[in-house]
Amino acid sequence: MGSPAAYSDASQAELVRRACEGDKEAFYSLVRPCERAVYVAAMSIMNNAADAEEVAQEAVLKALAHLAGFRAEAKFSTWLIQITINEARSRLRKDRRHLYDSIDEPRTDEEGDYSPKDFADWREIPSEALKRDELRNALKRALDTLPLKYREVLILRDIQNLSIEETAEILGISQGNVKTRLLRARLQMRDALAPGIDGSWSTGKPEYKKVRPW
Amino acid sequence: MSVIEISCLEVWRELSNYVDDDVAPELRARMEAHFKSCAHCKAVLDGTKNVVKLVADGVAYELPSGFSDRLYRKIKDK
Repeated sequence: MGSPAAYSDASQAELVRRACEGDKEAFYSLVRPCERAVYVAAMSIMNNAADAEEVAQEAVLKALAHLAGFRAEAKFSTWLIQITINEARSRLRKDRRHLYDSIDEPRTDEEGDYSPKDFADWREIPSEALKRDELRNALKRALDTLPLKYREVLILRDIQNLSIEETAEILGISQGNVKTRLLRARLQMRDALAPGIDGSWSTGKPEYKKVRPW
Repeated sequence: MSVIEISCLEVWRELSNYVDDDVAPELRARMEAHFKSCAHCKAVLDGTKNVVKLVADGVAYELPSGFSDRLYRKIKDK
């Protein structure tokens, strides 16, 4: 996908102005550089490609409908990601009320310490040893098993490259909570992936070498 | 310069901030000294850095084919 370079602040303002006057091409020019970010934000919550695409489309249409309310000093991409996250959350609430445990939790910092499950050595990413599909599947499985509240933070920070501050604002949690959840997310991902790097999904063997000091 | 020792548990607590270069210089020095002497924490650090690299690559979430065209059509049809 060849995505065009992001626009400058001045051209963002100009595109917003034209889009507000009904210029759909101008609106698409605003959306296009962040369409991947929008899809990934939706995926972080929906965890399903078809649902994520629907949420992404719905979020973009909502942005179009509410463009007049966009503050000129804000970043369009951050605003659009926020709308996407809200759309995905409300969709998930409707679809799976009984399964959904994270969004409506009190926003307290209840996280205890997390200890790595093993100490498998993983100095290098053996990229040549891994087929791309294999790597993608292992990553997907690891992301799937992350609880939602960790996955959304990991994705906003480590895929979307948003700052701690932006991530906190978008998710409506404190910056301290972003850091705590990011730590947990990264350590759990390492636990899920490091032993595999050592054997199970690079060689196809079900067993792998674990290094436990106790 | 000698640094005050730090436990593995404290290292894990700050690991993510360390990877993001978001720890005070004094703590950074203590953590670096710890990584030199503790192979387990060094392995966890290396693994965590690799996670950040792999996730950032975005291979887990590729855009479905035709996504852009369908989105464009939705906007035009609105």
